Amino acid sequence: MEKFVTLSAVAAALPEANIDTDKIIPARFLKTTQRTGLGKHAFDAMRYLPDGTENPDFVLNQQPWRKAEILVTYDNLGCGSSREHAPWALLDFGIRCVIAPSFADIFFNNCFKNGILPIRLPREVCDELMGDAQMGSNARLTVDLPRQVVIRPDGEEVPFEIDAFRKHLLLEGLDDIGQTLNHEASIATFEKRLDQDKSWLPTIHFD
Amino acid sequence: MAARTLFDKIWDDHVVETLPDGTSILYIDRHLVHEVTSPQAFEGLRLAGRKLRHPERTVAVVDHNVPTSDRSQPIEEAESRNQIETLERNVKEFGVPYFPLLSSNQGIVHVVGPEQGISLPGMTIVCGDSHTSTHGALGSLAFGIGTSEVEHVMATQTILQRPAKNMRVNVEGTPGAGVSAKDIMLAIIGHIGTAGGTGHVIEFAGSAIRGLDMAGRMTICNMAIEAGARAGLVAPDETTFEYVRNRPFAPKGEAFDQAVAYWKTLASDEGAHFDREVTLRAEDIGPTLTWGTSPETVLAITDTVPDPAQETDEAVKAQMQRMLDYMGLKAGQKIAGTPVDVVFIGSCTNSRIEDLRMAAQIAAGRKVAPGVRAMIVPGSGNVKRQAEEEGLDRIFLDAGFEWREAGCSMCLGMNPDRLTPGQRCASTSNRNFEGRQGPGGRTHLLSPAMAAAAAVTGCLTDVRELA
Repeated sequence: MEKFVTLSAVAAALPEANIDTDKIIPARFLKTTQRTGLGKHAFDAMRYLPDGTENPDFVLNQQPWRKAEILVTYDNLGCGSSREHAPWALLDFGIRCVIAPSFADIFFNNCFKNGILPIRLPREVCDELMGDAQMGSNARLTVDLPRQVVIRPDGEEVPFEIDAFRKHLLLEGLDDIGQTLNHEASIATFEKRLDQDKSWLPTIHFD
Repeated sequence: MAARTLFDKIWDDHVVETLPDGTSILYIDRHLVHEVTSPQAFEGLRLAGRKLRHPERTVAVVDHNVPTSDRSQPIEEAESRNQIETLERNVKEFGVPYFPLLSSNQGIVHVVGPEQGISLPGMTIVCGDSHTSTHGALGSLAFGIGTSEVEHVMATQTILQRPAKNMRVNVEGTPGAGVSAKDIMLAIIGHIGTAGGTGHVIEFAGSAIRGLDMAGRMTICNMAIEAGARAGLVAPDETTFEYVRNRPFAPKGEAFDQAVAYWKTLASDEGAHFDREVTLRAEDIGPTLTWGTSPETVLAITDTVPDPAQETDEAVKAQMQRMLDYMGLKAGQKIAGTPVDVVFIGSCTNSRIEDLRMAAQIAAGRKVAPGVRAMIVPGSGNVKRQAEEEGLDRIFLDAGFEWREAGCSMCLGMNPDRLTPGQRCASTSNRNFEGRQGPGGRTHLLSPAMAAAAAVTGCLTDVRELA
């Protein structure tokens, strides 16, 4: 996983609430067995017209937001399905940071696993950042993860919260499976106790 | 010890270790796997040279991608076939128990798990699918995870989590005529909203929930995710124990008695703290359906479509108007009487034998309206066989419904069962997002009985008029 330390980039505003994971990547594109290559289908129904050509009204089809690396939306971003194809599609498009007043839980988790930083900020702040985003390439936002601030084009710093463990994994680009396997002794102890305390718990074997 | 909730008890019982920042390593009792969200996880294990830690606590099934037509034919869509064949290679390589496409036990993972006794009360259960919340009906902590987490569970049999907050939704009283678990759940989502449960695990309680059979409780917990919750739960009780008893993989004899003794300790303690509590009266809930493209846009079948002009928040107003345009509805129109093109009875929400019986009761002796395509897709091969033993297939076929093979089907538009642009569907599934059932498709979520009523009248109909 690529590290996330600081990011200075063009931000795109999608002023909608409840942007669901079907909207981010429709199910018919989930037939892949790869993590990459989904960027061209990100926001498919919004991005393309029924004849397959680009919808010129959609922000990610316009300059300079074709190169946006930050997305700002309203509440409950990523609701719906658990598909990690949603953050994969965003990442493949080039998005490294998503900012919203609230996120659906599974999508929020899935972002971290892919080096995308999801930031929760109040609706009023998101409105201000959307205003910045609409100014385009003259108004890049800077996300400074070590200091936990978003820096607006006018230099104002907006602080944000993040769990210490998740921050550490992002800053180092660490695979959390490796981290958990460092706790192998605890897992083995737990399993020994499980076998004793819940001997009724069936395991599954097919003939 | 302080009074604890059902969620607190299952959580505490599965914490392997808590890290300094409050993140816990949580042990997972069951990992359910399907073809769509697992290939990248298996590949990750292979690339890292890791083993799947406990294949005997893992079960795989194919459901999302499978056609629900004649199974004797090979799968036409190459990408779907590849995903299924990839799963078959992976389960073989990693030794995972697997229900193949041609097994009578095959079906939707959230139907198969409880049906087989693979999912049991008090367990932690995960699957790379958000509707894993379904299994919470048994009184297990069950939630959907992403593919990176699927790989994490495969490698470690644990997951990294912070504890959720506790929420309790009580539904008290006796539901009226024509009201089933689906109507109750749609009413709950309409009440608390699609982000109403974010960060929480919802325990469903109250006399109306206690009175539901296991299929009804599964319908409720299934859509906990549509209320934004991490999971849904119903405390295990005699209804639960009777359901679990004698399931193929459930404990038997003395082991079953030991299990029940443990399961009985799990109910929330008197005085346990809930961060949020909501109470609804069952008598206030009528046959309910959605009008828009979010599961919270619900109304009673007797209602009219809401008017964006009544909204003060500009963003909400614009979103409502967009939904009306997408759905081809007008503000203020009566929802009843709206013509439908397709009726879909199935999905992990409503494809169990009890659901099919409710639909059959309405379909019996009637005919599907001219021009309507009506499909019945049982949740598993076993549900299908049982329905055939009860003669439900004859009722549906005589009425002009299609009687199909088990799978996710038209719930999600990734197999051949899809809406075409502009088609309006009365659907027993769980999501009405734009394009969910196929690009441009228009979805109204409703109960199996309401779906059957729409099929035979050709329009959205108050099922009580057909009783």
